[in-house]
Amino acid sequence: MNTEPSRDQNISGSEPILRPGEGLQVETFYYDNRTVKNFAYATLFWGLVGMLAGLWAALSLAWPAVNLGLPATSFGRMRPVHTNAVVFAFVGNAIFCGVYYSLQRLLKARMWSDKLSKIHFWGWQTIILLGAISLWMGFTQGKEYAELEWPLDIAITAIWLVFGANMLGTILHRRVAHLYVAIWFYIGTWVAVAMLHIVNSIALPVSFTKSYSWYAGVQDALVQWWYGHNAVAFFLTTPFLGLMYYFVPKAANRPVYSYRWSIIHFWALIFLYIWAGPHHLLYTALPEWAQSLGTVFSIMLIAPSWGGMLNGLLTLRGAWDRVRDDAILKFFVVALTCYGMATFEGPMLSLKSVNAISHYTDWTIAHVHVGALGWNGFLAFGMLYWLLPRIFNTKLYSQKWANTHFWIGTLGIIFYVIPLYWAAFTQSLMWKQFTDDGTLQYQFMETVNAIQPMYVLRALGGSLYISGLVLMIVNISKTIKSGKLIPNEKAEAPSLPENYKYKEEKGHWHSWIEKRPVQMIFLSLIAVGIGGMVEMIPTFLVKSNIPTIASVKPYTPLELYGRNIYIREGCYTCHSQMIRPFRDEVARYGEYSKAGEFVYDHPFQWGSKRTGPDLAREGGKYPDSWHYNHLLDPTSMTSGSLMPRYPWLFDDKIDKMKTYDMIRAMKKLGVPYAVGYENIANDDVDMQASKIQKNLAGDKIDVAPNDEIVALIAYLQRLGTDIKAEKN
Amino acid sequence: MKFINYLTSITGVEIYPLITLVLFVGIFILATILVFSKDNETINKIKNLPLED
Repeated sequence: MNTEPSRDQNISGSEPILRPGEGLQVETFYYDNRTVKNFAYATLFWGLVGMLAGLWAALSLAWPAVNLGLPATSFGRMRPVHTNAVVFAFVGNAIFCGVYYSLQRLLKARMWSDKLSKIHFWGWQTIILLGAISLWMGFTQGKEYAELEWPLDIAITAIWLVFGANMLGTILHRRVAHLYVAIWFYIGTWVAVAMLHIVNSIALPVSFTKSYSWYAGVQDALVQWWYGHNAVAFFLTTPFLGLMYYFVPKAANRPVYSYRWSIIHFWALIFLYIWAGPHHLLYTALPEWAQSLGTVFSIMLIAPSWGGMLNGLLTLRGAWDRVRDDAILKFFVVALTCYGMATFEGPMLSLKSVNAISHYTDWTIAHVHVGALGWNGFLAFGMLYWLLPRIFNTKLYSQKWANTHFWIGTLGIIFYVIPLYWAAFTQSLMWKQFTDDGTLQYQFMETVNAIQPMYVLRALGGSLYISGLVLMIVNISKTIKSGKLIPNEKAEAPSLPENYKYKEEKGHWHSWIEKRPVQMIFLSLIAVGIGGMVEMIPTFLVKSNIPTIASVKPYTPLELYGRNIYIREGCYTCHSQMIRPFRDEVARYGEYSKAGEFVYDHPFQWGSKRTGPDLAREGGKYPDSWHYNHLLDPTSMTSGSLMPRYPWLFDDKIDKMKTYDMIRAMKKLGVPYAVGYENIANDDVDMQASKIQKNLAGDKIDVAPNDEIVALIAYLQRLGTDIKAEKN
Repeated sequence: MKFINYLTSITGVEIYPLITLVLFVGIFILATILVFSKDNETINKIKNLPLED
């Protein structure tokens, strides 16, 4: 079928189109498979790109030479490209693919608007492409998983609205009274992601490619991790649960084990998830009550998560014999098992005692990869293996290859996560080890070198996983060649009468709600909105939550330039700026961090992983020349260092024309610079730069005052010194 | 203008957490009770929706 038929077409084709209300007559209509196919291809393509970027980053940790000494290929830029590509491009396209396939069939209606489907598809791909390029170029807001700069943030919002309109339009034009639970998960996802993305992305632009977070320090951290955790919840989990509730019953050819569980699963999950964000900030300068709130709700999350997992696995009751041969079911079983493991591990990691060991180590990386590789990856693979042959009206080219993919992928996951768990325990225990004399037993570098072999193994695991994907791509392309796409798949269903009063089941509350998508959106918004408000409002409101420290002063303009570079190079992907109140951390890094130290940090740069040491008290630890040499060649100062070289910082210059806008922006955000300071700020830039220039000259190092390295040294030498000044 | 200024203008903001907790627990219990009191026929009908192609 090459021509695009109208949404609704009478069965004979000659009579006028039946509208709802004209009786329960059977209508013929056509499912849009072309958009599904496009999203499926995009899933595979971006999946490969995103995972290769991840492999690159992994290899550069095992062998730092892989950073190549180029800006775009250094770890600090490659890592955000990897995370964004995998989350928003691979998983994102998989979500849209599955939603467009299942929504139409569950509602017995074509997608509402072909035009919106097209805009959605091409808009999303454009954002991904520009996103990847901009991250490689160093345009970043410096907040994990929300790195994209403000123009792209706006584009994401627009495309997300297009997706929502298309979904809601389809729901409103459906031919099925009830909304199956998968659709609730889609609606909940849409509402929550819209809210999270908008709230977290609020920033003040200073140019087309640069903006500063509206929030500062502790508040920025809270908003970011409220977003960050819920990106996991509402982008990586709830939409995939919706897909699971559709595709697992489909593949198993039996209904979901308990539909009742699935309803409770939905409400409990969206209500609880939104609260859990602060568990990313345990032992930090975040107020204690907010940390406890995060822990309590994280523990409660085990119940609905495991309920959902068991519901999925039990759907296979009576079909376990098929799991032996059917690669698709195998993928689904492992996906659900990984979901169960990750959602058990998550709450455990949110216990303070466990978090004390796990945080800042590779444990977090292992944890998210159980979810990403196992849950998201395997569910997406299973779904694509199931759906693509169907829309191409053919059979999968090779079941054997699909089974091989399953085993390679599973081995890949194991080889990926086990070395990282090992690395995490090893390193964390080494960090905390004291000698009998009461001094730290290990230098930071020793703990890194001890786990480096694990990074090699992890890269091997990743390579296995990717080779599985390559095999899948070959298998799928051969499958496609053997069939022909049915761009518009014919279907028939009776229309919903307009005067349908939803009375056929006696007024049950949930029957009421599951037939009213608009009310459903509203209720979901309330459910997810409440948690966010309660967590954030008091932190913003109560002055005592962030005690001000008199000696903490705004950054100098040169330090701000340095901070921009720090953010651009993604230093936060390997260095934290948050010393927890533990004996070993205080001994290693200095006085633990206080909330009041970060009030001028737009955005906060606490980080979440210590591949390198914490930098919160870096200022004054080493002479300027140490930083100069270290950034030029880290191994010259620290033998065995994994840090990339940054040769471009020694050639590129800061543009002092930007000072005015930068200071103006900071003032707008509430940073108390003196009246008119923006006009004279460049004098301070010159003064501070020439001081650093002189310091370096003393060590026989020749720099220009406007070299980027000078600004970065200024920033690094400032870190944590406000509190030191107070003590002296 | 700092974001905090918009929030401080909300009167009686302290009551929000309490309302929330009550709402959450309330809705959760209500959902559980009502879901389990739902008749099997309807449940089965909806449950089979994905399988009707």
